[in-house]
Amino acid sequence: MIASEILADAFFHEGKFVQAFPAFGVERRGAPVMAFTRVSDSEIRERCQIYEPDHLIVLDPVLIETVNITDGLKEGGWIIINTSGPIENKELTEKYHIAVIDANSIALKHRLGSRSAPIVNTGIIGAFAGATGLVGIEAVKQAIEGFVPMKKEENMQAAVDACKEVKILS
Amino acid sequence: MKKVIMGNHSVSHGVMASEVKVISAYPITPQTHIVELLSEMCGNGDIDAKFIKVESEHSAMAACVGASAAGSRAFTATSSQGLLLMHEMLHWAVGARLPIVLANVNRAVGPPWSIWTDQNDSLSQRDVGWLQIYCESNQETQDTIPQAFKIAEELQMPVMIVLDAFFLSHTYEIVDIITKEEVRKFLPEYKPEIKIDTKDPHSFGNLGGPDVYMELRYMIQEAMEKGIDVIKRVDKEFEEVFGRGYGLIQPYRCDDAETILVTSGTVSSTTRAVIDQMRDEGIKIGSLKIRVFRPFPFEEVFEVLSKAKKVAVIDRNISFGNGGIFYQEIKSALYGRTDIPIVGYIAGLGGRDITPSVIREIADKAIGDDKPERYINWIGVKK
Repeated sequence: MIASEILADAFFHEGKFVQAFPAFGVERRGAPVMAFTRVSDSEIRERCQIYEPDHLIVLDPVLIETVNITDGLKEGGWIIINTSGPIENKELTEKYHIAVIDANSIALKHRLGSRSAPIVNTGIIGAFAGATGLVGIEAVKQAIEGFVPMKKEENMQAAVDACKEVKILS
Repeated sequence: MKKVIMGNHSVSHGVMASEVKVISAYPITPQTHIVELLSEMCGNGDIDAKFIKVESEHSAMAACVGASAAGSRAFTATSSQGLLLMHEMLHWAVGARLPIVLANVNRAVGPPWSIWTDQNDSLSQRDVGWLQIYCESNQETQDTIPQAFKIAEELQMPVMIVLDAFFLSHTYEIVDIITKEEVRKFLPEYKPEIKIDTKDPHSFGNLGGPDVYMELRYMIQEAMEKGIDVIKRVDKEFEEVFGRGYGLIQPYRCDDAETILVTSGTVSSTTRAVIDQMRDEGIKIGSLKIRVFRPFPFEEVFEVLSKAKKVAVIDRNISFGNGGIFYQEIKSALYGRTDIPIVGYIAGLGGRDITPSVIREIADKAIGDDKPERYINWIGVKK
């Protein structure tokens, strides 16, 4: 959820109209959750959920094997995955642009969260900026400064590191 | 200053800028962020208000009643079962003519438990005598708070601001945040003629026999009727300071429309996107958003709808045994003055999504069916 807000705010700093919202469910820590960001050059009038996203960010690679992550995803879109391992799913790499980042290690390097629960929101958004080029890293840093209540510098650095280190697989 | 904030926080910013003196609330999803941020604002001195924690929504409204009677600008926020628990005190605020402002995040009523949006909570309070204003964006929600205080204090009537759960409450979007300094140009300090004051004693909440009760009820209705012009004027005054106005109703591409879809809340916004698509296909269709529900803007609604050949009303609510509540209101606005067919559509209860394709389905049905078999139609019900 925080990642979708930071991403929306980053696009806002680049002059776009934005919306960010969670999948409207009952949330609890640790359970899989979805959140959405809508970006447009003109005023956004759709006030409903997103069923066919252009791009996808996956914060936990376990989800690739446990839920249908590409449900509704438009072919040719980007999938940014937080993982340290390989992506063996051929269907993913053939249909979509895949980029990977080890956002857990980056988070730990900057002391964001703990070893068992690293906070990867800012790293993954930096990786999105680096891989897709849809939003600039400066705007991401500005969004982090405004949105993140503490460890602003560390979070900004995590985004910058991830932006540089993101690996494009397809 | 423009910022990306959630709908709930846009309410809090509106309350802060209105320099409210007493806030009393009990937390309930999906409203809680509103009062959470307000309590932070009270704590760090951004707002010079007393935050009264209470054990229930009934007490929250009771505290607002007391504060308002003592001459303070008072605010609370709630949702669903919370609003229903306040019901008795809602009546009290009206009878005592107290200009309290309440933000209700529309949440479906249980059982079964639901945290998702529909309008049955606020609409079931239709007849208590609160003014009701339904918002469709975070910006409108924030801006309506100071408007509500100005309207309330002039009419000596309480005002309820209503926003959709999640589609507004939890959605982040760009809001031009208003400040106290700016709002002072629009909203004067609250100075009631009569208040609880030990130096100037009056009797409050006393027995009202059959000789006076009816006159007091007449005066409430009179205030409601006067409300139409007051809301219009206050909206204009707001626009002069902030450059944004919202009106009682918002017609969209209605001038030559043969079919008009009537909407409220966030559905209004999505509907406009659908109207544009259909207009591109050459279909003469428009939409009408009802922003102010109480007092109901009969004349304004009639003026727009009487030019159409067909009216379709989308209701995210239902009055069991009758039908959609906005549908009933639209019928009474046109009754005896036109024979345009008015068809009601129930959609999106309990937070079921009203997407552009749902709205398109309603529009196509409304256009295609010249003599609908039923005047209340359910959209998307699994059978």
